[in-house]
Amino acid sequence: MTGTFNQNLSVRHVRGSRWQAAFALATILAVAFLATLVLTIVDDAFGWVIMMDETDRRELTRDGVTLDAQNTAQLLATIDEHLSPRRYRALERELPFADRGRDDLYALVLAEIVNPEIAETYNLFESLVSAQAIKAQAAEEYPEGLLVFRSWVNARFLLAPQSAVPLAAGIKTAILGTLMTILITLAFAFPIGIGAAIWLEEYARDSWLTRAIQVNIYNLAGVPSIIYGMLGLAVFVRGLEPITSGAIFGASAAGDTANGRTILSAGLTLAVLILPVIIINAQEALKAVPGSLRQSSLAVGATKWQTIRYHVLPASFDRILTGTVLAISRAIGETAPLVVIGASTFLTQDPTSIFSKFTTLPIQIYQWTSRPQAEFRHLAAAAIVVLLALMLSLNSFAIVARNKMRKQKRF
Amino acid sequence: MQHTPTTDRFEVALGSEESAYALETRNLNIYYGDSRAVNELSMGFDRRKVTAIIGPSGCGKSTALRSFNRMNELIASARTEGEVLFHGVNVYDPGVDPVQVRRWIGMVFQKPNPFSKSIHENIAWGARINGYTGDFDELVEDSLKRVALWDEVKDKLKESAYALSGGQQQRLCIARAVALKPEILLMDEPTSALDPISTAKIEDLLDELKKQYTIIIVTHNMQQAGRVSDRTAFMLLGDLVEYADTKELFFNPRDERTENYISGRFG
Amino acid sequence: MASFIVYCYARFCKKAGTMKHGTIGFYPEERLGRLSFRRAPRPTERLIQAFLFFCAAVSILTTAGIIVVLGTESAGFFKEVSILEFFTGKEWQPSIGKFGIAPLFVATLTTSLTAMAVALPLGLAVAIYLAEYARPRVRETLKPVLEVLAGVPTVAYGYFALTVVTPFLRGLLGQENVEVYNTLSAGLVMGVLILPLISSMCEDALSSVPGSLREAAYAMGATKLETSVKIIVPAAFSGIAAAFILGLSRAVGETMIVALAAGAGPRLTLNPLRSAETMTGHIVRISGGDLSYDSMDYRSLFAIALVLFVSTLFLNILSRNIVKKYREVYE
Repeated sequence: MTGTFNQNLSVRHVRGSRWQAAFALATILAVAFLATLVLTIVDDAFGWVIMMDETDRRELTRDGVTLDAQNTAQLLATIDEHLSPRRYRALERELPFADRGRDDLYALVLAEIVNPEIAETYNLFESLVSAQAIKAQAAEEYPEGLLVFRSWVNARFLLAPQSAVPLAAGIKTAILGTLMTILITLAFAFPIGIGAAIWLEEYARDSWLTRAIQVNIYNLAGVPSIIYGMLGLAVFVRGLEPITSGAIFGASAAGDTANGRTILSAGLTLAVLILPVIIINAQEALKAVPGSLRQSSLAVGATKWQTIRYHVLPASFDRILTGTVLAISRAIGETAPLVVIGASTFLTQDPTSIFSKFTTLPIQIYQWTSRPQAEFRHLAAAAIVVLLALMLSLNSFAIVARNKMRKQKRF
Repeated sequence: MQHTPTTDRFEVALGSEESAYALETRNLNIYYGDSRAVNELSMGFDRRKVTAIIGPSGCGKSTALRSFNRMNELIASARTEGEVLFHGVNVYDPGVDPVQVRRWIGMVFQKPNPFSKSIHENIAWGARINGYTGDFDELVEDSLKRVALWDEVKDKLKESAYALSGGQQQRLCIARAVALKPEILLMDEPTSALDPISTAKIEDLLDELKKQYTIIIVTHNMQQAGRVSDRTAFMLLGDLVEYADTKELFFNPRDERTENYISGRFG
Repeated sequence: MASFIVYCYARFCKKAGTMKHGTIGFYPEERLGRLSFRRAPRPTERLIQAFLFFCAAVSILTTAGIIVVLGTESAGFFKEVSILEFFTGKEWQPSIGKFGIAPLFVATLTTSLTAMAVALPLGLAVAIYLAEYARPRVRETLKPVLEVLAGVPTVAYGYFALTVVTPFLRGLLGQENVEVYNTLSAGLVMGVLILPLISSMCEDALSSVPGSLREAAYAMGATKLETSVKIIVPAAFSGIAAAFILGLSRAVGETMIVALAAGAGPRLTLNPLRSAETMTGHIVRISGGDLSYDSMDYRSLFAIALVLFVSTLFLNILSRNIVKKYREVYE
């Protein structure tokens, strides 16, 4: 046999470093996606806007005092002069003008008379890079307009209910809806999830039933979230309507309940959705508790439950907590199942009980994103910022709490 | 002590010494899945003596020891046949509560495994769940004194048990078992994870403890068996090869395999 | 002086206590003078165990619920629409009674395969980089970043697709060629969403290849690239396949991105630049409106959901079995 080796080393090494660069590039690309995603959202959440007043506020100067500085009497005079009589009577019926404070009147003048509308919006990048051009454009196309830098995330946005007018729209209702829904979810999914994990890890013997339950949990974790929406629609909204609408508790008299499409239904649907995740995470946490801890407890004559209650659970609680928070933050971001079970698309009334109609932050984002106008896109971006901030603070709370607990124990 | 006669076969007079041994096994077989780890073990353990079980690793000595207070049940694949008699009651009888068995037959493990609680609570917890009504501070002090740990920890009873050294932790685990006033103490290689000084302290302890308790100790260390035990059993491949007074077994082994092991030809 | 008396009294009591300690005893058995090994009933403990079992059984109830709900509603649907028509019909127009799932199914396939075309090569490359090349510190920093990527709500991805990717594609390929809603944009963004899942599963697969194989390759004079790509990746093939299948299942079930970016109207097309509605997108759009129960529209959604459920379940089980098999081979 004859043959020569042609190692061709330099070519192989060049090829090697090229591919290494490609692999690294792919990784950088993946991280870049995340950066782009975040930057886009921030980009749309801040920027210049040009506002056009229905009634120019410069015309509302009274006795030489600009609108911003006017006192109650001057504001009242303005209202008398500009507000249509019908609207005047309606507002008077709501609360007599005489009883309203200065700030209230000022807000009324702004909303009812000045009634600013957004003519043009810019995102943050444009606002920073081409501020001059924007100013020039504003002066040329909207000489009457008011160019202001706007943070779409602001106190008003957080505290105002939904509105068809972009400038007035807020997410208070959605935030309340999200919080109440998540509380329901937590109240059901946490105890049941931990309970299931304890049974599987501590009590269950290796039998067909145990294996069936375990496989079933893994399968449930992979079921698309929208299927849970269908389940919730058929079971909670339709099947259990008397309960989820609050009818059997006499809650439907309030008038704001909508058959079974309530916060309770939403919370239960999300609870079923994240249950497998909580169980799997809690199982991992319990698996991480060393067997020696259980043995030492049993060896002093503790029963199984005493061992779990006083030793296993405290030792694994930090991990259980982190796992639960991860599951909860997934629930907070879920949209599809809530749309399916019938989230309200336009809700201006804050939820008063778990039998109220609901909307949540992701639902609000979905609504605003699917509208063509640019203003709503900015609102969507602002709401995403709030949603991400909520999730981020939840996660960091969990990490801090875990580290605090971890300091106290060692094994 | 009252000695009320009883018809309940699961009820025995506390501290009675009617049976010859503190603990006795009869035809004990233990399986892990299909393989047999302990083979037809029949032996008795004398009261208030230290009995050592020695043998090469994998000979079934730890398995046997852990079967005496039904700790083997925690291993899903383990299966036990035969009898372990404690006060004439077979602890494997279906009507017997393993919790109660473990409460009267205490155990100390290979690695110190204190609870992640304070030193005080490590001792008081077991007593509390078993219905102790006395003064807990007193019990803690008494138990710690019995294992010669009181002077070292009396100022930091509220601190975590993990702040102690390995040897101290192991003595704490012994104190934890002693606090329940058990009749038998099972020790599964209690010094294998410790340094020589801590080992010596624990070995000294055994002399004190055996005045009150029956002690069964598994060890891979023949010198330790020679130093601390009154009786020694040698196990090999699941079989009890020889069981005799320690001196007898070490100086005059009757079985060739025992002699080979003791003289260090295998193991 | 008073405190001294109190102190002496305390000492006395303590001593008395110690004396009692030896004689009477503080454990219940000591007071009775006998102990019982009889199995204690412990009703609370049994109750707790029953509750825990109930908790575990809830998962079975959930599955049963899904099957019953999807099954009964679909059965009502299939009473009026033949299964044959459902699977072979080329039009989905509930208003005129046409229920052919093809347009929805093809759209789902288009978006999912587009997503996998992005996620698999990128995810595998990231996995190779993290498992074979990256230093531990880089790996420890990058992995959480990728996890964050996976944790962003999908509605935010939908927003991203609609406001960034679609305009970008339209600028790149021409406004007239790319519709405002198109499956390509949705598929690409979905690929980014699934990428972390693929990369972490592939990394698991790569790192479970025994080190000896790696050493054998190096010992024969293979370069790092040759070792990773020609030895490790083929050896981890089944794990990578499992990642692909699970990723596909995730893509098929993904809803919000397609609901926002892919289009709102069933249309049978293979052109990713045109709008089309996926199965999930259709369910969301129709159920989002006011839907009357017991209508064909309502039941048809459950028939679609059943198809969705069965196909994702099949993919998930397939993926898990592959993973189980390769774990067995290497462990």
